[in-house]
Amino acid sequence: MLYREAGQFKTNYAEDMAIFPIRQDRIALAILLGIAFIGVPLLASFRIWPFRTDYLLWAILLPFLILALAAVGTNILVGYCGQISLGSGAFMAIGAYSAYKLATGVHIPLAWLGFAIAIPPLPVLASILLGGLMAACAGILFGIPSLRIKGLYLAVATLAAQFFFDWAFLRLPWFTNYAPSGSVNAPELDFFGMIVRTPVERYLLCLLFVTVMAVLAKNLVRGNLGRQWMAIRDMDIAAELIGIRPLYAKLTAFAVSSFIIGVAGALWAFVYLGSWEPLAFSIDRSLELLFMVIIGGLGSIMGSFIGAAFILIMPIMLNVIPAELGLPLSTQTITHLQFIIFGSLICYLLIKEPHGFARLISIGKEKLRLWPFPY
Amino acid sequence: MRAPDTNEILLEVEGVALAFGGVKALRDVSFNVRKGEIRAIIGPNGAGKTSMLNVVNGFYHPNHGAITFKGRTRAKMQPFEAARGGIARTFQNVALFKGMSALDNIMTGRTLKVRRGLLWQVLRYGPALAEEVEHRRKVEEIIDFLEIETIRKVPVGRLPYGLQKRVELGRALAMEPDLLLLDEPMAGMNLEEKEDMSRFIIDVNNHYGTTITLIEHDMAVVMDLSDRVAVLDHGVKIADGTPAEVKMSQAVIDAYLGVAH
Repeated sequence: MLYREAGQFKTNYAEDMAIFPIRQDRIALAILLGIAFIGVPLLASFRIWPFRTDYLLWAILLPFLILALAAVGTNILVGYCGQISLGSGAFMAIGAYSAYKLATGVHIPLAWLGFAIAIPPLPVLASILLGGLMAACAGILFGIPSLRIKGLYLAVATLAAQFFFDWAFLRLPWFTNYAPSGSVNAPELDFFGMIVRTPVERYLLCLLFVTVMAVLAKNLVRGNLGRQWMAIRDMDIAAELIGIRPLYAKLTAFAVSSFIIGVAGALWAFVYLGSWEPLAFSIDRSLELLFMVIIGGLGSIMGSFIGAAFILIMPIMLNVIPAELGLPLSTQTITHLQFIIFGSLICYLLIKEPHGFARLISIGKEKLRLWPFPY
Repeated sequence: MRAPDTNEILLEVEGVALAFGGVKALRDVSFNVRKGEIRAIIGPNGAGKTSMLNVVNGFYHPNHGAITFKGRTRAKMQPFEAARGGIARTFQNVALFKGMSALDNIMTGRTLKVRRGLLWQVLRYGPALAEEVEHRRKVEEIIDFLEIETIRKVPVGRLPYGLQKRVELGRALAMEPDLLLLDEPMAGMNLEEKEDMSRFIIDVNNHYGTTITLIEHDMAVVMDLSDRVAVLDHGVKIADGTPAEVKMSQAVIDAYLGVAH
């Protein structure tokens, strides 16, 4: 009964077009942001439960934020524009390795021309954003086949991107600055003189990135470009007949999506992993991101966050619950259980609710608005 | 506000032929559409009516013949170029964007009028927001016009067929077209819905001065609405003129009722 919009009159279109036109939603969001930006850092710095150790920050919140950002990027391409992509991991890798190269200085010897291109090491923030930009360029390149092929065939084409970049970052030593082990270390996280070191600082940095980029992404998808993407997804012929150019709509979706995924990749490498090798961005990562958007909700920014939370928390719950209940399950059984439960959930959701948890929540809200008198 | 019946030709189709392999969908069809009129294309099933519309808005490319729209002749064009030129259309089987609300569907029709690019839309601030609000205002006018205020936020997949047809008309109107092509706007409707839709078509023609070309099977509707009627049969134009003239044409009667051999 608390969730009512009665009495909230909108007097102009801008108010009606707000992300959360209902006051209760705005309050809930403000509380959530308050907890995320002030509550968590406070609790963590004073080491109050549940932040007595850094486990929750390091092992759950940090990966959750970064992967949620990558899921937002994936969702723009898969959920909003309807172009199935299995190359998200590769775009994360491009973001990460480009940022790494830019932060440590680029040197391209062009011996046959008699000179070399040399870029001095850039600041970390610039490297991360330019890493995203490099991923966007690669995204456009690998998006070109989408103009001719659709659906599963396109998925196979993006798979080519995944395997190509997996190979490139593993086998071309230039990308890893000729590190003998193939593993590289992130530079010091220096943001305008502030060095980000502790888990709390890392958490806040990622939170800031994720919040800003999620808001910007939401702006895009509820604006004209977002409508163009959805039009292409729902009925490309009709979209073309009202003046949407498929080339522009599809390639912008690839570019924006890859940019966000690239930035997430750079954050994953720099802020979360610290040192990494190409395995961190394998096909498994691509599939994981795809699962997140399918479970969370295709075509929903909020769904990307829910999906990321679900995929990350599920394994931990599956670890904790049997132990709490005293069930003697071996680690292997638990891993197998994870696969079984993920697989069946995805099948179930695809059949029953293709728009995932986000749609379930919006149905719940609809019901709540009328509760307890549904007529 | 109806445009005076000038003899200005908006669309001229000359000798268009279209074949799919051995199937000749259109054979040397010529007709014109005057500015401000309601022009009907009728004919038995398989006569080539929808193919004709598809040729006009660039979805099919004719094998022969030329199409002159607003004084510009062209042989081949892409659908989005036709849209930019001012041709809008609806479909025989509703072709809405199923995952979007009625409002978003109609807003999508404004795509060609949007001036602010990607970077402005990301920020959605100042001029970009003002532009979005302005488009919303225009779309709300159309929503009022079509009397679909109550369903504006409903996903179109959940709407009944008659309302979907209305939303599709709204999406076409949002483009502010010079020429509106309606492919069987009343297919599958009951009497009340047909009456509503006829009223909307007349209002669009009167109020916005939009030139309309429509395909329809309901003869009563066609004869009442249209200024001139062209009749196709097996890809050939067999009659053209005012409804009264067409009704009297022996070729039309033969095509519809058959000929005793």
